[in-house]
Amino acid sequence: MTTTTSASQGNTGADERPMIELKGLNKWYGDFHVLRDINLSVRKGERIVICGPSGSGKSTMIRCINHLEEHQEGDIVVNGMPLTQDIKQIEAIRRNVGMVFQHFNLFPHLTVLENCCLAPIWVQKRPRREAEAEAMKYLERVRIADQAHKFPGQLSGGQQQRVAIARSLCLSPEVMLFDEPTSALDPEMIKEVLDVMVELANEGMTMLCVTHEMGFAKTVADRVIFMDQGQIIEENAPEPFFNNPQSERTQLFLSQILGH
Amino acid sequence: MSIEKTLSRVTEKMIDSRPAPSDSIGAVAWLRSNLFAGPINTLFTLFALYLVYLLVVPSLQWALIDASWSGTSREDCTGEGACWVFISARLDQFIYGFYPSEETWRVDIVFAVFAALIAWLAIPKLPAKGWVAIVSLAVFPFIAYFLLHGGSFGLEIVGTHEWGGLMLTLVLAVVGIVAALPLGILLALGRRSEMPIVKSICVVFIEFWRGVPLITVLFMASVMLPLFVPGEVNLDKLVRALIGITLFQSAYMAEVVRGGLQAIPKGQTEAGMALGLGYWRNMGLIVLPQALKLMIPGIVNTFIALFKDTSLVLIIGLFDLLAIVQAGLADPKWLGYSIEGYAFVALVFWVFCFSMSRYSQYLERLLHTGHKKR
Repeated sequence: MTTTTSASQGNTGADERPMIELKGLNKWYGDFHVLRDINLSVRKGERIVICGPSGSGKSTMIRCINHLEEHQEGDIVVNGMPLTQDIKQIEAIRRNVGMVFQHFNLFPHLTVLENCCLAPIWVQKRPRREAEAEAMKYLERVRIADQAHKFPGQLSGGQQQRVAIARSLCLSPEVMLFDEPTSALDPEMIKEVLDVMVELANEGMTMLCVTHEMGFAKTVADRVIFMDQGQIIEENAPEPFFNNPQSERTQLFLSQILGH
Repeated sequence: MSIEKTLSRVTEKMIDSRPAPSDSIGAVAWLRSNLFAGPINTLFTLFALYLVYLLVVPSLQWALIDASWSGTSREDCTGEGACWVFISARLDQFIYGFYPSEETWRVDIVFAVFAALIAWLAIPKLPAKGWVAIVSLAVFPFIAYFLLHGGSFGLEIVGTHEWGGLMLTLVLAVVGIVAALPLGILLALGRRSEMPIVKSICVVFIEFWRGVPLITVLFMASVMLPLFVPGEVNLDKLVRALIGITLFQSAYMAEVVRGGLQAIPKGQTEAGMALGLGYWRNMGLIVLPQALKLMIPGIVNTFIALFKDTSLVLIIGLFDLLAIVQAGLADPKWLGYSIEGYAFVALVFWVFCFSMSRYSQYLERLLHTGHKKR
């Protein structure tokens, strides 16, 4: 439904350059080969859901994109900027890429508003008042503006995750990475976070989500990627992916998570 | 039948909250559960109270009721109890050491300003903390130096060999504390660094200074250092002691800080990095503020140890509070009042250390931002 509208947004114009490009990505932890020849190209405005069993390298892959993990072989290009060892280049890419973590990782010693303003003030050097006004706008969007002066420890998990999303948005990133954003939440709170993510998707944000929320994948994703043992096993639009998976391992995985 | 019945149950009326039973809260309940819970418990309580009585009453009798307070010589000590005349007659020396008595106003000003600055920083309601902190760290040390040491603005020079007593103890402790904390933080960050050379230097530094006793450090600073440095470089003895104490304590501080840094989850740094913060901003804005809060008990513990360790400067011929009281005890006119002398020193040290301890507890509560009970 919304897929068509935003896909057209994402594809219009001459901007055919991919937002994210992974070419021949390989990574090892010591001797353990975690990522094996990953090739992936993400268009602007595309919403991608990555699923797979634990230890399959999904989180590692998206963490390579903003260099929270270092890869040994292959190239990563984000919004035209190649990811190099140069710390300035890495920080420039990080400003373009927002990330939401499984355990929120809000800064517990700062209020919600201060959490959101920290990077705009210190990284983008914006005046405090302007940064706060902008942050309130994003907090409004994730429907948590009334809690702006509380500390993260006083909020529920779902509220904290929405703050974390707002915090990332405050840098106006081109891409958002979600690393299992609902896995640490009570079932009652998953929906409020997913709602925010769906809205974000409908506004045309380029998103890469590692998640097990298959409902989210079906309604929002342009593409679903299944990973196992460090490789991309299957990649397809959600409808054929769920209804007619090609690989045996995908079938097994889907039968296990959708089986009951 | 009955099983089926228990399987299906619907609660329609919600239960309102009721106050806790009156005998489970309040002072009487506390006494009953903590002091008089049973016959044996009661027996122990009474016995302990008796012990306290045996200790406290004679002590108070000696220290306060039977004590002699005023006078100028030991002849004025007529009572059965403590002779505080010893302290009051020599109080100036205990506080200022051998500082010329017509110049002691300089010391008074320095410590009055210091107390005011500390109070300003410690009382949360007062504004402009940042500016006061800058003045305390960047301006006040120079004012203090020019006032205490003299030599300019028409002030007579008072060499550090004339410094002593409580004033010297405070100079040593304050300089040590203020210098050791930042140095310790840098060492701790260095020890956790991924750069091998920085890391090795910090490890070697920390392990060296932690491995030697402070007495040795002071002795080396006083006796050995002049042998190694060129003759024309003549560092003051007090400065050498200060450097020794600072390096020694910074190594301890580094390990306290490292412990605090390790307690901060990796996710905090990752979140900071993902927002594009560089290493120093990440440390300064995210990791250290949280880590320092966790480290308050350990840091204050080190501060208190440092404060008390300053009395070791006696062995290099500096007369801190303890040393100068001891010297006073050796005066033939005042022989036999060592209990009063040591009690006085203990009280002064205790007041300072206990204040630091209380302030740190207050700070912990102030900085607490979670919702869990303390």
